[in-house]
Amino acid sequence: MELISPDFGYIFWMTLAFGIVFFFIAKFAFPVIGKALKNREQKISEALEQAERTHEEMKNLQAKNEELLKQAREEREEMLNEARISRDKIIEEAKEKAKAETNRLVESAKETIENERKAAMTDIKNEIANISIKVAEKILERELSKDEAQMEYIDKIIKETEQQ
Amino acid sequence: MKNWKYIISLSFLMCLLFGMHNFALAEEKNDEKFNAGDVIIEHILDSYEWHIFTWKGHDVSVYLPCIVFNEGKCYTFSSRDFHENELYKTVNKTNSEELVFTIAKDGNYKGKIVILNADGTQKRPFDISITKNVLALFISCALIIVLFYLVTKAYQKRGDKAPKGLQSLFEMLIVYVRDDIARKAINEKSVDKYLPYLITVFFFIFINNLLGLIPIFPFGANITGNIATTATLALFTFFITNLFGNKEYYKDIFNTPGVPWFLKYPLPLMPLIETVGCFTKPFVLAVRLFANITAGHIVVLGFISSIFIVAQISAAGGAAMSVFSLILAIFVDLIELLVAYIQAYVFTLLSALYFGMASKEE
Repeated sequence: MELISPDFGYIFWMTLAFGIVFFFIAKFAFPVIGKALKNREQKISEALEQAERTHEEMKNLQAKNEELLKQAREEREEMLNEARISRDKIIEEAKEKAKAETNRLVESAKETIENERKAAMTDIKNEIANISIKVAEKILERELSKDEAQMEYIDKIIKETEQQ
Repeated sequence: MKNWKYIISLSFLMCLLFGMHNFALAEEKNDEKFNAGDVIIEHILDSYEWHIFTWKGHDVSVYLPCIVFNEGKCYTFSSRDFHENELYKTVNKTNSEELVFTIAKDGNYKGKIVILNADGTQKRPFDISITKNVLALFISCALIIVLFYLVTKAYQKRGDKAPKGLQSLFEMLIVYVRDDIARKAINEKSVDKYLPYLITVFFFIFINNLLGLIPIFPFGANITGNIATTATLALFTFFITNLFGNKEYYKDIFNTPGVPWFLKYPLPLMPLIETVGCFTKPFVLAVRLFANITAGHIVVLGFISSIFIVAQISAAGGAAMSVFSLILAIFVDLIELLVAYIQAYVFTLLSALYFGMASKEE
């Protein structure tokens, strides 16, 4: 019976002691602890979010980098192609030019040769005429008075020469 | 393996606990006849002195102050007088006659301080003595306050950093009470209002349950196995539930929705049942905690008493029995560790459920 009949004096002390413990925890301990826990939880969740965001950003950055790399590669390819084309073009042009120059040189050489040849021919003709005149003079000095037919013959020869 | 260290120290602790139980009971052997029932009940009950052990026939006890009120006057004396003379004589402050206090040996007030009247009748004065349980209660409350003070300081010092040591142990339990008990039972809006009480009640019961398992002075008093303790706690829960109950809660009691009208009028059957339910809930809380803790103590003490019962018949039997009882008592002590936690959890959970009912939203 004693075991299950609560004693009033004990209830009095129990209420007092428990009340003090409750007051201490509710007024002093729990506000600090609860706030600290809440703050920490908030901080952790923020940190997790931040990490998530950073991860996302990293991913984006990586994708961007890849994109850039790809672009750069394409550009290089393009540039190489362009370079190849322009090189070919330059070579082509140079070849063309060289050919034209050669042709021009050959042409002008031919012309020069022709001119030279003409000049030479004129010179020769003049020389021959001079020689002929000198010959004729010599002959004439000796035989001019002699014969009319001779004169005619000389003319005929000169004409023939000219025609040639 | 690092864990072995803990397992070995735990086993050692359990052996120590068991040894202390033995030690506490060994003194009883001096009496010519060993009465297990009396010994066990005596260990579970409250007393005016705190008996630590018997040394060569002398009792080593802490004598506690008795504070009683008779006819509006306060009398204080030491329980040593009861131990030496079984009586404490003083002068009645109201009429200057002799006033005799004693501890009743039987009757309604068995084990309590009573006033012996001249005609041999007993009168129970208003008694707020610092008994063994009261002292143990003060010690455990002081311990709880110190622990919470240390933890609070740790939170202030460490700020948002990860918890450490004692702080992590408390944090685990506090977060458990908050997230798995309070937040699951009580709606988001009112949970903060009830949380300090739930945390207090959880730690109060848990720590007192654990201290009750240590049989060395100044612990080992049967605080949570005392009906007055559990009744007080249940009353706290009762008052908090009903004083902070909202309109919805009282509507559920007096005009229960969803039941046929003839259960409410003309005979208010449902309101009656619901009202009785308001009182049975805390009553059940009190009885459950009391019975669980007391039963555990009785079982452990019973196993140990069995050693002395057998030893009275034959010494060899007692020796054999002690091995058997040792194993069983350690087993029960381990179960008691579990029960210490479970009962704290159950009391807190049910309190939270009642608070949840009293503060539920539509």
